[in-house]
Amino acid sequence: MEYDIVIGMEIHAELATKSKIFCSCPTEFGADENTHACPVCLGMPGVLPVLNEKVVEYAAMAGLALNCKIANFSKMDRKNYFYPDLPKAYQTSQFDLPICTGGTVTIDTPDGKKDVGITRIHIEEDAGKLIHEGGGGTLVDVNRCGVPLIEIVTEPDLTNAEDARIFAEKIRDTLEYTGVSDCKMQEGSIRFDVNLSVKPKGSTELGTRTEMKNLNSFRALMRAVQYESKRQIIELKKGNRIIQETRKWDDAKGVSSSMRSKEEAHDYRYFPEPDLVPIVLSDERIEEIRSTLPELPEAKRLRYVNDFGLPEYDAEVLTAKKALSDFFEESVALIDEPKMISNWLMVEIPPLLKEHELTAEEIPFTPASLAELIGLIQDGTISGKIAKSVLADMFEAPEKAPKTIVDEKGLAQMNDSGELEAIIEKIVDENPKSVEDIAGGNKKAYGFLTGQVMKATKGKANPQEANKIIREKVQAKIDS
Amino acid sequence: MKDLANKTVTELHALMAAGDTTPSEITKAVAVRIAEEEPVVEAYVTTLVDQAEEEASACDARVKEHGLAGTLDAIPYALKDNMCTDGILTTCSSKILSNFKPPYNCTVYNRLEDKGGILIGKTNMDEFAMGSSCETSALRRTTNPWNPEYVPGGSSGGSAAAVASGMAPYALGSDTGGSIRQPAALCGVVGMKPTYGLVSRYGLVAFASSLDQIGTFTKDVEDCAVVMDAIVGHDAKDSTSVPEQHIDMLTGLKSGVKGMKIGISQAFMGEGLQDEIRKSLDEAIRVYTELGAEIVDVDFTMLDYALPAYYLIASAEASSNLARYDGVRYGVRAEDYDGLVDMYVKSRSEGFGDEVKRRIMLGTYALSAGYYDAYYKKAMKVRTLIIQEYKKVYQSCDLLLTPTTATTSFKFGERTANPLEMYLSDLYTVPVNIAGIPAVSIPAGLDAKGLPIGLQLAGPAFSEDTILKAAWAYEDQTRYTDLRAPLQKK
Repeated sequence: MEYDIVIGMEIHAELATKSKIFCSCPTEFGADENTHACPVCLGMPGVLPVLNEKVVEYAAMAGLALNCKIANFSKMDRKNYFYPDLPKAYQTSQFDLPICTGGTVTIDTPDGKKDVGITRIHIEEDAGKLIHEGGGGTLVDVNRCGVPLIEIVTEPDLTNAEDARIFAEKIRDTLEYTGVSDCKMQEGSIRFDVNLSVKPKGSTELGTRTEMKNLNSFRALMRAVQYESKRQIIELKKGNRIIQETRKWDDAKGVSSSMRSKEEAHDYRYFPEPDLVPIVLSDERIEEIRSTLPELPEAKRLRYVNDFGLPEYDAEVLTAKKALSDFFEESVALIDEPKMISNWLMVEIPPLLKEHELTAEEIPFTPASLAELIGLIQDGTISGKIAKSVLADMFEAPEKAPKTIVDEKGLAQMNDSGELEAIIEKIVDENPKSVEDIAGGNKKAYGFLTGQVMKATKGKANPQEANKIIREKVQAKIDS
Repeated sequence: MKDLANKTVTELHALMAAGDTTPSEITKAVAVRIAEEEPVVEAYVTTLVDQAEEEASACDARVKEHGLAGTLDAIPYALKDNMCTDGILTTCSSKILSNFKPPYNCTVYNRLEDKGGILIGKTNMDEFAMGSSCETSALRRTTNPWNPEYVPGGSSGGSAAAVASGMAPYALGSDTGGSIRQPAALCGVVGMKPTYGLVSRYGLVAFASSLDQIGTFTKDVEDCAVVMDAIVGHDAKDSTSVPEQHIDMLTGLKSGVKGMKIGISQAFMGEGLQDEIRKSLDEAIRVYTELGAEIVDVDFTMLDYALPAYYLIASAEASSNLARYDGVRYGVRAEDYDGLVDMYVKSRSEGFGDEVKRRIMLGTYALSAGYYDAYYKKAMKVRTLIIQEYKKVYQSCDLLLTPTTATTSFKFGERTANPLEMYLSDLYTVPVNIAGIPAVSIPAGLDAKGLPIGLQLAGPAFSEDTILKAAWAYEDQTRYTDLRAPLQKK
């Protein structure tokens, strides 16, 4: 029997606010333990939360970017459970009235476009971190307590590991684009939970699902989905039942295993948070937030094709990363050569980034430098080939303007035809065999002569100019 | 003999302003009263007499040079021990917080400090404000200053007893279901619970967040207006604090009740109402009629549902609010435990008293899956109905006049065996909290046993000025607020 895989996801993303959700402590990652703490995020007796307005704004922005409906009225609730990393013994979250509902995300899969429904997005606070000391007991670091999160819950619309990865990447890109979250996976600022079940092909009845929490790389996500779907199918084929449970994904071993989870017995006793007032957003306010949304990748892609005349492929690559498209647009504003800029960003720059272990966000020089480099090619100061070597130097010394590099290294093309003529004349004289070949109809010999000229001028000869002179000189030789 | 400990805040201020006394003389008089009465009354968990006397002598020079900053300047006061004070024990009269010194102040403390107030002590209470007699306190046994065999009421019994015995010129308490008005009635002082959101809750250790409100204990109505005026106002640190709005409780205070409509409801005169209290109510009706107020009969059909709804909502919120006392970060942790869960269980089992445990269990149950709709949700619906009922009531009258309690004070142990009987002590006060409206309890004389009677005036949201105007008019006619509890030291 064949099986369908049914996948829904829950995605937690840290919002990129400067301060925590209910107090003014910083959210910055990597500080010393318990230094980002105050009576409020420590849940001391008598203190009260005050909702960070930026959190509401960012959550609404995320919702708008994922085509959700933003609620005019939503509220915060308490989710009660005991754990030492949760100082108040409840997590302030949203239960029955989340801020965003009913969105859709369209993904491009190898099988074409697919829609994935967004059930809801709600606001909540993060918990702290337990540090287990070998033999020395357990310590609590509360720095992360009260860092604002959104949880995005999808419909069970995904059907395979590849689609799940594409979807997760798209969510990451969208949140990053809107500036709602920095989505640094290695810092845990975006985490994926997967709900997965399998059912006989074509069946309308859903199977029992399992949940895998906190998958923190796209690779882990894909592998976890592949493993878990196979495991469930094998269980069913053996005639076993799937147990509804939370499973732990061990990325090193590549297996999921049942977690002895007390959570199954948890009754969170949700009720409305009486210390906070409801979140009320008027239609005007929602529109105001919408107007602050940056242009999203799809719209940008269309614009690149229509306004800049770029091929689909270029537009897609450039818009996939906000940093890349920002760099492109700043460059194009300085020199109207979109296709050339695109080529440099897509073809020449990536290998150098890789060599220097940098990301697209970390191009060491400015868009103005790239524009200047392209200008130098355009006005014939340097050839495209020389420009590549200048680019390599720009990675080494990003503070130096391309023009300075060209001047210092004397890389400007030889456009003085007198000087070039003398060199070419000499080369044609020294290579009678080539002239003979050309006379005999073997035009390939031109290439050899051009190579010699370039060698003699260390590449500084303007290739068109050189070719023209070579032809003249060779013809003169043949004629004489 | 100036008898400073028996004077009202307004009187003390006038004496200082006239140069007839000094800040240190006043604080000294209160300190002497504490030394004499506290052994029997036990109103305080912590007294700060030395610190207060130092502060007062620092005031002497300042006041001499610059005069008084306001009515509360250089006057000592007490706070209920559930209001956080930086570096000073804040125990909620619970074992689990018996060692807790917060590193921050509650907003009301800051407000009173700004007015020149001198904190003289933190008062005893029912544990975590759960109780109506102060008997659930794990730390002190506060007695009623009118008769030490009787309870002072609760939960703010310490604050009520401190003011009634002259151990504090005024005090703050918190009122979740009657915790200011009921002890004020039982101790013969003025106790006011303002509109929900009018006074910041920041730094008030939460019992039931949607019901808790800080208010005042004073010897008379004018003092009540003065202290209320000092503590109200928006606080950015409390999201439920209402936006700034000025309620002038002082200017028109003595302008009388002519034309005011005062509502009376038979619902508050049912079975169990002490005869003498009914008579007090009749007397009040006469007084108001003579003063030119109009007495109107109003329906109040929801009274029977208020108490059950209250115990569900308050306990549900409490079960969540008190979950943080787990022995992990502050407070008392059990000494011997085996692992995390055992530490939680032992710390909480040893740290909380029976009444607190009872309410945590009740609240946890009311919020549980499968019971939420039947209990918590239904209670919230009743809450809406009570709010609507009050709206209707206040269409036909300005204020509702009721007894504060059905009986005067009771003896220690009398109601501890049956929690439900104790809960009934709050029958007349609870609906006010459910609706979030303001109310005051004012002294209305003594019963045959010499125990104080209290009457309650409740009005719509933000009607504190009207309530106090009516309370002052009654006081002015009856002078019951001039009565002072007999001193234990003969």
